[in-house]
Amino acid sequence: MDDIGFILASWLLTLGSVSVLAVATVRRAKRLASQVPDSAKPWR
Amino acid sequence: MTNAAATPVSGTATSKGTATTATRLIGAAALALTAFVVVSAFWLTPADAVQGESVRIMYVHVPTAWVAYLAFVVTAITSGFSLARRHRTLGFDRVAGASAEVGVLFMAMTLVTGSLWGRLTWGTFWQWDPRLTTTLFLFVTYVGYLAVRNIDTDPQRRARRSAVIALLAVLEIPLVHFSVVLWRSLHQEASVLNPDGDVRLDGLMLFTLFAGVVAFSLIYVWLVLHRQRLAALADARITTGLDAAIAARRAEAASTSGAGA
Amino acid sequence: MRRAFVVAKKDLMIEWRSRMLLVRVAPFALLVLVLFAVALDSEPLILRAAAGLVWLAMLFSSLLVVQRAFAIETDDAALDGLLIAAGEPAQVFFGKTIAAFVQLVSLAVLLVAGAIVLYGATVSASNIVLLVTTMLTASLGLASVGTLYGAAVANMNSKDSLLPLLAMPVAAPLLIGASRATEAAFGSQTIDAAAGWAWVALLAVFAVVFVSAGAAAFGTLVEAES
Repeated sequence: MDDIGFILASWLLTLGSVSVLAVATVRRAKRLASQVPDSAKPWR
Repeated sequence: MTNAAATPVSGTATSKGTATTATRLIGAAALALTAFVVVSAFWLTPADAVQGESVRIMYVHVPTAWVAYLAFVVTAITSGFSLARRHRTLGFDRVAGASAEVGVLFMAMTLVTGSLWGRLTWGTFWQWDPRLTTTLFLFVTYVGYLAVRNIDTDPQRRARRSAVIALLAVLEIPLVHFSVVLWRSLHQEASVLNPDGDVRLDGLMLFTLFAGVVAFSLIYVWLVLHRQRLAALADARITTGLDAAIAARRAEAASTSGAGA
Repeated sequence: MRRAFVVAKKDLMIEWRSRMLLVRVAPFALLVLVLFAVALDSEPLILRAAAGLVWLAMLFSSLLVVQRAFAIETDDAALDGLLIAAGEPAQVFFGKTIAAFVQLVSLAVLLVAGAIVLYGATVSASNIVLLVTTMLTASLGLASVGTLYGAAVANMNSKDSLLPLLAMPVAAPLLIGASRATEAAFGSQTIDAAAGWAWVALLAVFAVVFVSAGAAAFGTLVEAES
């Protein structure tokens, strides 16, 4: 039963931490974006 | 300025964040491909003849390792450019930093998944072989680099300081690897145990592995684009804040001198 | 190079007058040797590990030496004055590296003597040259790495905790090479003198790489301070 536990842990940890980083990045970006004039956003 | 209700500044700010058509496309592709890889890794591909089910960790371990190294290379190259191209220093530096942030996460995951996989296949969580040991050093170096980036508030100073640190790391890692190879050769290990070394990859397994590498690379690109833009916003906010503070001071000075005259 | 020696002499004179090396760093280094013995609690084990423990103690002590080398400059922004006086930043780097080198070699002598006295290590006459060369090349490598990263964190608030994190991974090849070479010099079964000299070659390469890299990078790093 060790096997399935470790396999799941590997996948969940990896995909989980990446998702957390993704969500945190987008959230913080939205918050900052409203405090900064559009002239500072050359990607738009 | 730190108002959590996020009122727009000077009427020209909107809450449009760092997303663009490009990132939406990349994000969608990354999600779709990752979903396929997960399904394939767990259900479509067979268990390995030697390793059994534990080979399914390979489909997450190898792509994370690939991204971790890719991220390091990108940080190194953009650091070089940030020093060489003085008028574009900040742009390159932001990419270098974003790449390192994403890279350190993937490198941590590489070490964790590799350790779990090793525990299942060889029975130990860790082996002092050159590849693993160098990867561990690379991880610590990343962490140090990010710590250096965190200190400076002035973007120019931060860019220059961290670029030097990154380039020194490029110098250091081969030296570390070489010394560790020499060091471990003293111990005459019968075979360097390597989980992905003794797996025979058939068609679908190879394809899933490749798809995983592509999927994670797309995730990497998506994350770096967003984090690099996030860094630009953070720097811009400091400038905007300064400009606003200066403007407020001037207004105050004008009104008091008017009143006092 | 003349200006480098002037810088080195200045650093060494400050050190001579304050006696930090003698009063703080050397006792700490010896203390580390003692603590190892207490922690490992086995004389045969300690004897076998002697070479590695000496260089571990060196690594930790080198942090103190380097931190001191830059602490004396950041008080009253002396580094800026030094850079202007020296003309080229590389000269300041060389000077500080030389000063650190002298201090580290002294520490190395002390620690090897400590290993002989406390751990029972022995050096046969035929291995003395190997031992001395190891001490010199490793100390030069450590001095250059320490000076370089010491400069990188010099004007930061959290410099004292950041320097070990940055410098220790970089110094790992030094630790490996110096320990193996010293092990050979102490007369190990597994590493003969020839292998010891191969490790010294690695140490020499390391020293050359980091002295050059330091000279090149020092300017950019301290320019960032202003």
